[in-house]
Amino acid sequence: MPGASSIPVLDFGGLLLVSIQGELPDDAAVSLQEDITDAVVRTGSRGVIIDISSLDMVDSFLARVLAEIAASSRLLAARTVLVGMRPAVAITLVELGLSLPGMDTARTITDAAADFGVTIADTVQEERNTT
Amino acid sequence: MSQTSAEPIRLPIRKDTDLTAVRQHVRALAQRVGFGLVQQTKLVTAASELARNTLLHGGGGMAQISLVHGERGQGLSVSFVDSGPGIPDVGLALSDGYSTAGGLGMGLSGSRRLVHDFDLKSDPEGGTEVTITCWNDSLRRGFR
Repeated sequence: MPGASSIPVLDFGGLLLVSIQGELPDDAAVSLQEDITDAVVRTGSRGVIIDISSLDMVDSFLARVLAEIAASSRLLAARTVLVGMRPAVAITLVELGLSLPGMDTARTITDAAADFGVTIADTVQEERNTT
Repeated sequence: MSQTSAEPIRLPIRKDTDLTAVRQHVRALAQRVGFGLVQQTKLVTAASELARNTLLHGGGGMAQISLVHGERGQGLSVSFVDSGPGIPDVGLALSDGYSTAGGLGMGLSGSRRLVHDFDLKSDPEGGTEVTITCWNDSLRRGFR
């Protein structure tokens, strides 16, 4: 259910999934932190998976918001995993001096879910097996 | 020195949604100039940092995006102008980790690393102008 940030925080039975789409104004980024921490407490989730694969830029403001989401979620006993960062964004962040220490990352949502012991079936693989 | 070509784009920076417009215009022009994906991302990120500085420290101002030609070929230049309080100590403001707005202190120092040319003029009496330029000479000079 979208909160103040209008970004859906989806509850997948113990895991929260947040996919940030397109441009994210500063106030929405700050609201997202509240939405996620509220959802962590409400659902008792152990993990937060944040998909940023559609973001073509992460500046120091957004990097700080992401780091603060991870830090506040950790205090609420949930671990945050950042998924899908584009290579150009990673290069730029490191050159900017922000390597986001303390943030866990994964290549895909499937990998991130596996970190929490949740298996997401690979549909492509299954189709291959059945044909 | 560089020469300006075509009409520069002027954008107001008055509220945080204006930063989105700055990023989108810089991205579109960087693509038009033919920058690679990494260079586009670096320039857009630097522009985003500086536009936010204009808003938070300068009390708002404007951005001007210009296509430029110089010895290094075609480039893209973005200037940020405000009439805020100015920067008392530019050297200190450009050091990593220095922040007056409670940020990470990487915006100004970090954005300088992301571009080829970085020019900062600040009047201690008030007003700051920062101009960043990236050149499309990546292949010849081996710049990513």
